[in-house]
Amino acid sequence: MQRLPAYYGFWHYLGHYGLRVAVGLTLVFLMLPILIIIPLSFNVEPYFSFTEGMLSLDPDAYSTRWYAQVFDDPRWTLSIKNSFIIGIAAALLSTLLGTIAAIGLSSPVMPFKRLITALLLSPMIVPVIIIAAGMFFFYTRFNLVGSHVGLILAHAALGIPFVIITVTATLTGFDRSLYYAAIGMGASPLKAFWDIVIPLIRPGVISGGLFAFVTSFDEVVVVLFLAGPAQRTIPRQMFSGLREQINPTILAVATMLILISVALLITLELLRRRSERIRRGNVVEP
Amino acid sequence: MSALSLSSQDLGSAQRELRRRKLTAFLFVAPLLVFLAFTFVAPIGSMLFRSVHNPNVADLIPDTLERMDDWDGEALPDADVLNQFALDLKRLANERTSGRLAGEVNRVLPGASSVIQSTARRMRTVSDDELEAGGAALLFEAHANWEQVTIWHAIRESGKPFTFAHYLTAMDLEQSRSGAIQARDGPRIYVTLYIQSLRIALTITLLTFLLGYPLSYFLANAPTRTANILLIFVLLPFWTSLLVRTTSWIALLQTNGVVNTALMGVGLTSSPFQMLYTESATIIAMTHILLPFMILPLYSVMKGIDPSYLRAAMSMGAKPIPAFLRIYFPMTLPGLSAGALLVFIVSVGYYITPALVGGADGQMISNLIAFHMQQSNNWPLAAALGSLLLFVILVLYWTYDRLVGAKNISFG
Repeated sequence: MQRLPAYYGFWHYLGHYGLRVAVGLTLVFLMLPILIIIPLSFNVEPYFSFTEGMLSLDPDAYSTRWYAQVFDDPRWTLSIKNSFIIGIAAALLSTLLGTIAAIGLSSPVMPFKRLITALLLSPMIVPVIIIAAGMFFFYTRFNLVGSHVGLILAHAALGIPFVIITVTATLTGFDRSLYYAAIGMGASPLKAFWDIVIPLIRPGVISGGLFAFVTSFDEVVVVLFLAGPAQRTIPRQMFSGLREQINPTILAVATMLILISVALLITLELLRRRSERIRRGNVVEP
Repeated sequence: MSALSLSSQDLGSAQRELRRRKLTAFLFVAPLLVFLAFTFVAPIGSMLFRSVHNPNVADLIPDTLERMDDWDGEALPDADVLNQFALDLKRLANERTSGRLAGEVNRVLPGASSVIQSTARRMRTVSDDELEAGGAALLFEAHANWEQVTIWHAIRESGKPFTFAHYLTAMDLEQSRSGAIQARDGPRIYVTLYIQSLRIALTITLLTFLLGYPLSYFLANAPTRTANILLIFVLLPFWTSLLVRTTSWIALLQTNGVVNTALMGVGLTSSPFQMLYTESATIIAMTHILLPFMILPLYSVMKGIDPSYLRAAMSMGAKPIPAFLRIYFPMTLPGLSAGALLVFIVSVGYYITPALVGGADGQMISNLIAFHMQQSNNWPLAAALGSLLLFVILVLYWTYDRLVGAKNISFG
């Protein structure tokens, strides 16, 4: 335990311990809802609560039946497949367009920079319900409602702000003279870009792509408006499950999604560290 | 002339070079702008257009509406208007689209739907010649309401392809026949719901501040190692699917869910509380979901504040609370305003969580937009409600951009 300074009076002590209690409670509030899902998903009974058997750690009160059910149900397997197809395609599209745009945007002479930045970030700010309703009106004309292509385009648009933010952040630490040095030594702009710029900003680009993937992977409102039965995604399936008959397969899916988030968080942290090392110039590319 | 000044030729080439670089930078952004114009801007535009444009009735009964053009609106329309309408109604009944007309007119004049539907059924068996000659009499025979001007006004009103009427409805107003704008009879559902959404969003913003501020302060002043570990507690919920977090709140708050079981197990209550499907459920779940949006900007601002300021104030005799309020708190305002505006903007238009845990009294304006899109199929009204919400959001976003700069949004 760290020693408190000698001049501390009553209010200091109250502040010191009060702060720690408040922080502890807030952390519990943040984490408890996430953690509680995991044991509940192994409940042998179809309830959303702990049974007596679970509390007394009776092994018979636990089972993996809900996990087996997820993979047996064609609706779930279809939504898992759809979520990955749409998420990966949308992430690739918004990473490609977003990265190129971020490079232009971070140029010191970019015209209308403030306006364009605000526009590019607005898909994050405008309520999804408005975007979804508008897309429904507009995409109908091009037969894009009830198609994978429509959802991929829509989700790519929603992912753009995240790619712009992450890649722009990486580019602020990027030394432009490296690019001009390559050109000065005779490389074509395209070659200089591909061989010099891309490897240096790669961690930021990958993080941006992951953000875009998660945005699509987690999105449900646009899916509610644009998807037909053949385009159901995991969140859409969860949404109707929660609305109609609540069933613990949802908890099993939720637990798997939490594992994916943990994996993602670790990947992002590793990418951030790598990006920082590159910025300090300690990386030798093979 | 000094030696440093440029010749006009140099100046020209420098300007050309600058223009070229500007163009190059813009060309990099151009593909994305084109992409967003199609996938994002045009959809929003078509929603705005929808809110004032509704051609349904005009497409269904174009001939009747055309003949109505020179109706003065005082007495009943001329017989040829009525005959044409009877003909149109027969055609719609046979095409099975009379229900659409009934629905549209009913929005202007509640109760008109059954009049139109029942009359349409009776017109089906009548021959065209009979309708052309005496459709008016058949209408009066079918329903007495056809002898009153109100329903004809409603038909003409709903037949206008361009109208601001949906905006008036969205604000619980209506336009009387004389053109004056007045409050609509009955409960003010839409204004009430807008106020409720703003109130819920404000409550959530306050709660995220109350919970987030101490935590961010602690994180910013803790040793790096501790802070990094505790930061995971903030980032993991942030990265966890929205539906997962909503699911867990359903599991926690259900009548026979975790919280109620625990309360009854401890003996605090003998019968379970109704917590799910209330406004409180919406507020609790959304506070949980949006808390990281408050903590992350606050934390990054607090991290840059030198703790010696506070120590200096206290060593010079300031009491802890005044020292905190007058020295530390003002320095955290940039982070606080960024976090608060972000939480408020995001929560005002929230849809999923209120839809799943909110019940009847925990609904927000987005839920009503979804209702008019999917259940009542009143798309123009949904679009008008959405446009008003968009306006509120854009004003807030503009404020945010002025205050904080949109480019300063960051994660983690």
